[in-house]
Formats: sequence, structure tokens, C-alpha cells
Amino acid sequence: MDEVFDVMILGAGAAGLTAGIYSSRARLSTLILNEGTIGGQMIMTDEIANYPGVETTKGFMVANIMKKQAKYFGCRIKSNIRITGYNLTGNVKTVHLTDGSSFQARSVILAPGGKPRPLNIPGEELFKGTGVSYCATCDGEFFTGKEIIVVGGGNSALEEAVALTTFASKVTIVHQFNNFQAFEHAIQEAKKNPKISFIMGSELREIKGNEKIEAVIIENLATGKLLEMKTDGVFIFIGYLPNTESLKDIVNTNDRNEIVTDADMRTNIPGVFAAGDCIVKKYRQVTTSVADGTIAALSAMEYLRSKN
Amino acid sequence: MKMKMLQTAVPEIETASELEKIINENENVMVCCGRMGPMCIPVYDDMEELEKERPDVKFYVMGFDTPEASPIRNAPMCRGFMGLPFTVYYKNGKMVKATTSIQDKGQIVSVLDQFFV
Repeated sequence: MDEVFDVMILGAGAAGLTAGIYSSRARLSTLILNEGTIGGQMIMTDEIANYPGVETTKGFMVANIMKKQAKYFGCRIKSNIRITGYNLTGNVKTVHLTDGSSFQARSVILAPGGKPRPLNIPGEELFKGTGVSYCATCDGEFFTGKEIIVVGGGNSALEEAVALTTFASKVTIVHQFNNFQAFEHAIQEAKKNPKISFIMGSELREIKGNEKIEAVIIENLATGKLLEMKTDGVFIFIGYLPNTESLKDIVNTNDRNEIVTDADMRTNIPGVFAAGDCIVKKYRQVTTSVADGTIAALSAMEYLRSKN
Repeated sequence: MKMKMLQTAVPEIETASELEKIINENENVMVCCGRMGPMCIPVYDDMEELEKERPDVKFYVMGFDTPEASPIRNAPMCRGFMGLPFTVYYKNGKMVKATTSIQDKGQIVSVLDQFFV
């Protein structure tokens, strides 16, 4: 492609779409290249009740509206692509795709987001879709009247565990630490739910079964003792991994492969910015990703102005 | 005019008899049976793109919660499925493949290439 865009955004989650809305509304020619799902992690959230100005909504609805907004302002979105290479250092930055095409822009915003962190234990891959799930909203009702395990101790784990009690007869939360990392209100909601019990300081070691899940092996981390527990399903909410594997040798990242930025979302490469769940930050919320995307787009505009 | 249950450009099947008619009148049919949920929307998006790329295949969606979707929900090939969407593939009216939960475009294309030669 001969066109050189003003802004190329890699990723179409909350941060990428927000950056797309801002830069295209500023009449900058903007292209979003998206490898994953439009909406990113946002669409994994059933209810969003803390987005300011919106009483309550669904994650996928916010994502759809953001996509429409970006397109309305002229942003182009190309999905289902696979990136094979980057040349981000010059004044014109190039991204190469698996189909042999390449795209160029004068500035780039990296917003590849994250993906659910897997347990990487025996049985996890085998029972994906037939008992192992990463989405309570999608699959919860298949476990109506059944006993399930929820793995994790953050907000997602506890909130989804509570949501799953609508369907499941019993929910056991297994968490590797002896305390939770979730907000207090989420902890209290889970603790007061009579269907929820807790196994703390423990990790899953195996998911067992034949055609369907029959049991899990849980290790008590303090004693090393293994417990086999019957269950019908396993829901995994143990955080996210940044989608930065292909970027870690290109921009500065930390030891968790998160991209290092300054307060203006600048990376170490001039004209290259980063936003959303892929960057080094403490709080990962839709609102923080939206803020990151806004800042990255405004910084890209300032960068482009300085080059004119 | 009926309100579509699924917000996608992929045509939606509303009744079991419509499903029956479509699979009997077309050689290669893919039907994604789901909701407007996070594991389903990406599959619909992929199907929108594949409609342009694969004229040899007819692509449809169907609401998972309608009783009319029971031929898919209760299909032997979908036994044990516990993840949305249920995606089924018909060759000359016969279900030849079914998958559960989210599938990326590459996985879908791989099924199309294997069964719809």
C-alpha cells in the first residue's frame, strides 16, 4: 500500500479504539490494524457498572459503539491480520503482515492489549469448551446445578464466581495466596454468598476426566499435599498476559513484557506510543485504557505537529 | 419486520424449518449458533469477512436461545459442548463438523478447507 497514514494503531480494544476516535476526529488519516477481537478484553466483561456517565452496560455494547464512533470519524479498521514485522525507527514507520502486504504511518500507537493467562496444566487445553472456560458470561448456564471451580483471587475471579452462583450449585474458589487481591466489596460479596467456598494457598495441578471433566488435583502450597476434588467445570481468571511477544525486542519492555511509557504514553522510539493493557501500569480497567488511548492519540498529534 | 436477535451482517436463521431448507438447498453451509457475547461476536466478525472470500460456502447465524435452534443444540456432534457458540458445518444437508467456543478465522478456514473441498 502506497498510502502513508498519519496514525497507525495496532490493536482495537478500549485503548486502540479510543485512540482511533480521537485521531480520526482530529482529521488525521488513521488506520487500526487488529490481530485479535475488536473490543479486546472489554467484551469479556458482562456488566460494566462503573463507567462514568453510564449507569450500567455490557462490555460488547461499549466495544460496538466505540467501533462505530471510530468508523464514523473516518478511521479505517482492518481485522484478522497477523503482523510479521515492524520497522518503527524512521520518520515513516512500517508494519508487515503475513499476507505480504505492509502499511505505513508517520506515527504508531501500540495497543495490542492482553489475553487471559492460562494455567498451563494438564487437561486445560483438552477440556477447553467442554468444561474449561475463561468466560462466565458465555458459558455459565451450561453449569446449571453443577459444582465448579473458579481459579483466581482478583476482581474478575471473585465477581465472576458470584455471577456463576446463579447457575452452579456450588462454587469453590482456589487461590494461590492466603489473601485476595480483589477490591474489598468484591471479597465481601463472595464471602457472604452461601454457595461459595474457598481453598486458599493452593494451586490446580491437573484437570482430569474422560469425555468431560470429572475432577481436579489441587496442591496445598504450604504442605505440598495433593487433594483430588470432584468437579464439573473449571473457570480460570488469573489475570492477563500482554500481547507484546513480537514487540519486546523493538520497544523497551519490563521483565513482564509490558511496554515502558512515560506519562504521555511515549515509548523509547520517537513517534511510537503505547496504550492500554500492554503498558506498565498498576490498574487495568476500561476507564484507564480509555484514558491511555486518549493521551496516546493527543501525544501522537503533538508529535506530528512538531514534525510539520 | 422481525427484529434480528444477533447484531451482525451475517444472515440470521430464525426457524428450524428455515435451517432445514437452507442445508438441503446448499452444498456447503456454516451456521454459528450463539448470542451477542464475547466468544460469539468474534466468530460473526470472521464470518462477515469469509462471506466475501468463500463464495462456495453459505454463512448463517442463529440465536442460541430460541427453541428453533434445538436441531443444533441437541445434535449428536454437539454433545458435551459447554461453550458458546456452537458452530456447525453442513455438507449436502448432513452435519459434518461441529466446534464449541470461540474459533479464530484460521481455525474456521481450516474446517472449511477440510470439509468443503
